[in-house]
Amino acid sequence: MKAVRLWSVRNAGWLKKCYAALEGTLALFNPLLRAIGHERLDKPFAAIEGVVKGFLFDSQSCGQCTLGETGMACPMNCPKTLRNGPCGGVRQNGGCEIKPEMTCVWVNAWEGSQKIGTPEDTIKIIQPPVDNRIKGRSAWLRALRLRNGESA
Amino acid sequence: MKFDDEPTPGENLPILPGHTSPGRFERVLRAGHFAVTAEIAPPDSADPADVYERAALFDGYVDAINATDSSGANCHMSSMGICSLLTRRGYAMILQQSCRDRNRIAMQGDILGAAAMGVCNILCLSGDGVQSGDHPEAKPVFDMDSISALGMVRHMRDEQRFLSGRAISAPPRLFLGGAANPFAPPLDFRPHRMAKKIAAGAQFIQTQYCFDIERMKTFMAQVRDMGLLEKAYVLAGVGPLASAKAAEWIRKNVAGVHIPDEVIKRLSGAEDQKQEGVNLCIDLIEQVREIEGVSGAHIMAYRMEDRIGEIVTRSNALGNREPWRPAP
Repeated sequence: MKAVRLWSVRNAGWLKKCYAALEGTLALFNPLLRAIGHERLDKPFAAIEGVVKGFLFDSQSCGQCTLGETGMACPMNCPKTLRNGPCGGVRQNGGCEIKPEMTCVWVNAWEGSQKIGTPEDTIKIIQPPVDNRIKGRSAWLRALRLRNGESA
Repeated sequence: MKFDDEPTPGENLPILPGHTSPGRFERVLRAGHFAVTAEIAPPDSADPADVYERAALFDGYVDAINATDSSGANCHMSSMGICSLLTRRGYAMILQQSCRDRNRIAMQGDILGAAAMGVCNILCLSGDGVQSGDHPEAKPVFDMDSISALGMVRHMRDEQRFLSGRAISAPPRLFLGGAANPFAPPLDFRPHRMAKKIAAGAQFIQTQYCFDIERMKTFMAQVRDMGLLEKAYVLAGVGPLASAKAAEWIRKNVAGVHIPDEVIKRLSGAEDQKQEGVNLCIDLIEQVREIEGVSGAHIMAYRMEDRIGEIVTRSNALGNREPWRPAP
């Protein structure tokens, strides 16, 4: 939903803090999550994420979330799924080249990133190409594994 | 210009210390010359003569030729095919590689193939949406984006490995480029985007059509302050407009091209609008040349390729320099 998506971008600063708190809490419970097994929890986690992030950000559930680094605008909503910034086709009014009625995801991302921190901390980070194997899987559990230095 | 160690056409120059490619284009830029590149119009045919004829229009006027990769998502002869034909005759080619049509497997294969054929320069682009072209029903691939593609080519060249980590026995010796559009929103993001491209591997940048000199100056000041001009060469994109009507059409229909009202006014007030479009292009080259940090001009003379000679000569873009041309 457009209105919620835009609200999320405007409130990117504290939303990112909320997520950091959530990840911290999940990390505390990670031994338990581990005991149950990340594999077994992946589907229910992905389902919850799909609802929450789908509502707030129109998340496309790529399984390798960049929201905190893209101003809380999901880059997978870009018709070209660009994860590193806007293409050269953005219209003078900020409209998308392909869907003129939609504001460019990266116009929103830039606005949101201003609320989060300096460009160096977020939007300047070079995102690797999408790993297509983990589309639809839980990005939160993946973040926990990465946090522990394990393979994603 | 001819170097002392010119090889036979189709073979490359020796790689100089500090250079990453055996190409003429990198040498011209690193020697501090104002470089000129131009876009060749890809034919809708399988006849090599069409390619040779179109390239011959640039003989003696440009340092390297960009072969577009079905730009605007309209089907034409491939960039790879054009580069293959022209490198054999000794031309310095810039292979444009968009992420629109190929995944990372195809792209890496093409990069090795291109380098093996003598291509020394690659311009990594995201590409136009398929919806803008003549096959809007096609599947948009976009497995990579321009920045991850740049990183991929640099990885292949410098680490001598595919993305998978598998070794490459002879790496592609390439000079890497990216595009920049200083004229499209979000304007404040544009310098950071260029910084990301350079961090990912871009050594030269070709910009979108520049019709707004003031905006270009602002952008160049921003990237200069960020220290980016020590890391990459910027070639300003320019081109002749055929008429005021054509300019209006481009402004409305071609994504990312910003044409200010004054430009349209200047064209509509002219008796010979086509000639005025050429004159404007010449004026723009002279103006971008004055901007600190602009290392060259990239001329996109769509359907007016025959005017490139006049544009380069009258703008004196090359100074006293005579670029390489094939032997008669």
